[in-house]
Amino acid sequence: MLETLIVMFPLIGAIIAGMMTFGRNLEKETRLNIDRAAQWITCLGMLLSTLCSIIVFMDFINGSSSRTTELFTWLTSGTVEVSWALKVDTLTAVMMLVVTGVSTVVHVYSIGYMHHDTSIPRFMSYLSLFTFFMLMLITADNLLQLFFGWEGVGLASYLLIGFWYKKPSANAAAIKAFLVNRVGDFGFAIGIFGVFMIFDTIHLETIFTTVIDKKDVTINFLGFDLHAITVLCLLLFIGAMGKSAQLGLHTWLPDAMEGPTPVSALIHAATMVTAGVFMVARLSPLFEYSDLALTVITIIGASTAIFAATIACVQNDIKRVIAYSTCSQLGYMFFACGVSAYSAGIFHLMTHGFFKALLFLGAGSVIHAMSDEQDMRKMGGIWRMVPATYILMWIGSLALAGIWPFAGFYSKDIVLEAAWASQTIVGQYAFWTGILAAFLTAFYSWRLIFLTFHGTPRADEVTMGHVHESPKIMILPLLVLAIGAIFAGYIGYEHFVGYKNTNFWDNSIFILDQHSALEDAHHVSSWVKYLPLIVGLLGICLAYTFYIYKTDIPDHLKNAFYTFYKFLLNKWYFDELYDRVFVKPSFSFGHGFWNVIDDWIIDGLGPDGISETIKRTASKVTTLQTGYLYHYAFAMLIGVVLIITGYLFKSVG
Amino acid sequence: MSEFPILSLVTFLPIAGALFILTIRDKEPHVVERNARYVALWTSGVNFLLSLYLWFNFDSSSAAFQFVVKSEWMPILGLSYHLGVDGISILFVLLTTLLTPICVLASWESISVRIKEYMISFLVLETLMVGMFCALDLMLFYIFFEGVLIPMFLIIGIWGGARRVYSAFKLFLFTLTGSVLMLLAMFTMYFDAGTSDISKLLTHSFPASLQTWLWLAFFASFAVKIPMWPVHTWLPDAHVEAPTAGSVILAGVLLKFGGYGMLRFSLPMFPLASIDFTPLVYTLSMVAIIYTSLVALVQSDMKKLIAYSSIAHMGFVTIGVFTPTTQGVEGAIYVMLSHGVVSSALFLIVGVIYDRNHSRKIADYGGLVHRMPVYAMIFMVFTLASIGLPGTGGFIGEFLVLIGVFQINTWVATLASLGIIFSAAYMLYLYRRVIFGELTNDKLKKTFDLTPREWSLFAPLLLLTIWMGIYPSTFLDFMHVSVDSLLKQVEQAQAVATNISFAAK
Repeated sequence: MLETLIVMFPLIGAIIAGMMTFGRNLEKETRLNIDRAAQWITCLGMLLSTLCSIIVFMDFINGSSSRTTELFTWLTSGTVEVSWALKVDTLTAVMMLVVTGVSTVVHVYSIGYMHHDTSIPRFMSYLSLFTFFMLMLITADNLLQLFFGWEGVGLASYLLIGFWYKKPSANAAAIKAFLVNRVGDFGFAIGIFGVFMIFDTIHLETIFTTVIDKKDVTINFLGFDLHAITVLCLLLFIGAMGKSAQLGLHTWLPDAMEGPTPVSALIHAATMVTAGVFMVARLSPLFEYSDLALTVITIIGASTAIFAATIACVQNDIKRVIAYSTCSQLGYMFFACGVSAYSAGIFHLMTHGFFKALLFLGAGSVIHAMSDEQDMRKMGGIWRMVPATYILMWIGSLALAGIWPFAGFYSKDIVLEAAWASQTIVGQYAFWTGILAAFLTAFYSWRLIFLTFHGTPRADEVTMGHVHESPKIMILPLLVLAIGAIFAGYIGYEHFVGYKNTNFWDNSIFILDQHSALEDAHHVSSWVKYLPLIVGLLGICLAYTFYIYKTDIPDHLKNAFYTFYKFLLNKWYFDELYDRVFVKPSFSFGHGFWNVIDDWIIDGLGPDGISETIKRTASKVTTLQTGYLYHYAFAMLIGVVLIITGYLFKSVG
Repeated sequence: MSEFPILSLVTFLPIAGALFILTIRDKEPHVVERNARYVALWTSGVNFLLSLYLWFNFDSSSAAFQFVVKSEWMPILGLSYHLGVDGISILFVLLTTLLTPICVLASWESISVRIKEYMISFLVLETLMVGMFCALDLMLFYIFFEGVLIPMFLIIGIWGGARRVYSAFKLFLFTLTGSVLMLLAMFTMYFDAGTSDISKLLTHSFPASLQTWLWLAFFASFAVKIPMWPVHTWLPDAHVEAPTAGSVILAGVLLKFGGYGMLRFSLPMFPLASIDFTPLVYTLSMVAIIYTSLVALVQSDMKKLIAYSSIAHMGFVTIGVFTPTTQGVEGAIYVMLSHGVVSSALFLIVGVIYDRNHSRKIADYGGLVHRMPVYAMIFMVFTLASIGLPGTGGFIGEFLVLIGVFQINTWVATLASLGIIFSAAYMLYLYRRVIFGELTNDKLKKTFDLTPREWSLFAPLLLLTIWMGIYPSTFLDFMHVSVDSLLKQVEQAQAVATNISFAAK
């Protein structure tokens, strides 16, 4: 019952606010009232949803066991039987808390941030709609509903990235996000088909109970006989890579920053992009039986972590830095899952939700103060004018860099320790790239802080004159997140990954006995434990040296390694590559097929050729148009006559 | 047959309406026009309500033909007037009766010449379409199947755009070739089975060698109608030149003739040939999905774009029919139904702005959301349905087809799944260019949002699209038993054939 309410409140809010969008040419007063009402209703819906989530979460802390509420049948065809259902276990309860919590905060923040916007009800409606889809995703008890939520959040993301639809760049980014995600969904969908082929069901519970019987089954996929579970896991993981912006399918995430900042915080940092991690954890009973798939996840995760971190070091757009940072942190979560430390991945997901949303909303507050400027090269020297934002950004960055005692310290440490403890080669790879990425994380975080808040002001005087602290309605939500960014790691540690973890997760995550990385992570040498903290501090020092102490170093470096700098600045040229390999050829092929094959070959040989012949020989008595009609009717008549003759023949003979 | 002949009524009521319109005479032309419109609307509206009788009284636990009407027609030839529906055809009948009043209403203002004749054409068209789905006699089927094209020619040829003659001619050429072959095949079938009764033909087993030829002949006709690559080029031209309502019927109902024909004839009557030709169908369908999607991407005319997308969607139908598994066949039917709703709506959407601005060029638009927010929202919903977003009708059918064919052939499933990426590309790209951005074209600055009449066109389709996505059981439940019996029949035929070939060895 409670979970039904949790899911429905945002949907109702979205529908009501959505209907409020369509009031044109209203009095200004009325318009304002409607805006206010839309804000109230959606925020209220989210608040109620959050309260219910807290109750559900407390139930699970107190040892409640997993349950499923079936709503109604969705689809029945042969052995495909799917219902709309809400499944809640510890994993879902954790996700619910993160999703509804961050969503509520962002809803409230948006009241302040979108203050000047002309379509407030539409914005609030989209936010709530997104939350609904996200909740459907995490409560899915079958792969199809997971897919429903999956594509649904993609839709909400598309709508919100393109929220300011006047901007061509926003529209382009929105389409790009949807399409790159669809590439992932393509893999996901085929994965679902494969699961159905092997298990004859797409119901999660049934899959999990029968997986042990299928662990050695092979599948014939594209002509090859392969280990079934590996193939399925890899296909499903393609979906996760798309949604969670992992290396190769990451290109949409930085562009997604075209959307309003609250959207970046909610969807492109705290919740939607973590859906891939959630999926892997949710399907842990499946992934556990494929070492190859886990290895691939570890490699992709670790590579993304370092790859995105390198790019974040040279970006100038404040939101893009944080976006690449998100990409990098998602990499951490994935390699945690890859070494079977799913709960560590989810733990990092949870803490990251707090501090990354905090960073984004903080950045939003900065952008708000700087009259919508996002380029850090045009900021600087404003920390005294926006003290609250400044302190909050520090808290977020400390948490992100994994400095004790902030949340990121606990979660990033356990992730890295688990990688080390897994004792595999890819585990080592993940650990060392993770350490390097941690160093870069601290560096780019403080680069951001120093460039944004310190040094001499680089903005023009008009902008500087307008710099102001954000209103309470924006700062208050940040405080909530800051509390999470400070304490969530310490509070959650024992339950999520410490000695209470088996009780806490209660079968919602499955790990084979031989995959003991998480267990062993608690017994690694002390240098492994302290290394992340040390490199984090070193990163901060380096940033201080570069951007406060000797500010000419970055320029020297840039000139010395110009090619490398360009390479990073242009994001390893992924966009250019894809444009050349996929986008342009698609259009060329489209033109080619159309002009050459359709128009020239098919029509040329067929109708047009015949038409030429007919035209040359046709009499001028009838006009063409009626002529065809008569021809046709005549042909039909002949046909009827023929049939009748045939029948006659038959009945006589 | 003491039962109330509901099928005859649903089939021929429109003709009665058309005859009534013929009798309308008045000195004032506008009175005639007004009356013609209202008679057409009332007739088709009432006919829709009548067809709901079928919906509520259909026994979905039986695979037999229901509401059967049968009477001797030309007894000496063994021909009979024989109508009936089963779980495969009933929903198509309802789709037709739903779309016709919508078409009449869509033409309310946009058609301004020869209104009387136009309305008559549409009503006749409805009779022929409904008759096609209900016909249980070969002869009757042929008449309806081919007869449909006559009013369609007229609608395109008289009320169409600038190149209407060329388009009508193209349509004529393609379909004629197919139908001549189909006619010969029907002729042969009658010789072999000694009956023209479809329900008897369904249980007759044709010799394997003959099946091959019959299958090919029918395929020639159906492939054009669907249309399949490479005989698809008539469709974009026909759509471009047809008036809005003509496109709606063309995409909504006529495109389903081929798929329906395959389910009614090719698969159950020539099961062995169907197996043999499955690779051919798969290949053409996959080419269609990928090829036409790419072509759709580069179109500059909205109607052409949607026409090409229709061909891609129909690729899923042909794959699904020839899986032939429960999911594949039910999915194929579902794709046809949802495409009937969604593509109709998309053509209506183009019609709305065409009526206002007299252009179908994508480049002439942009930024419509500023003037037409409600329109933009409705367009978005149908765009999403067209790209198969879960929760809309478009998703269910494609999902079922793909999950069905994956069990048979992973290559086909994988390549066809590429369609889900492409469809998103061309539809969202279209939407962006028409709806989003700044409103720069001065002509558009006075454009107004949907009128109540236009709203009433979209409301039922909107409702259906969501309903079909959230609770598809309503519709799938109609099909289950009929599809099962169809598949059993195919299976048995194949089993028998295998035994014979074993015995021969």
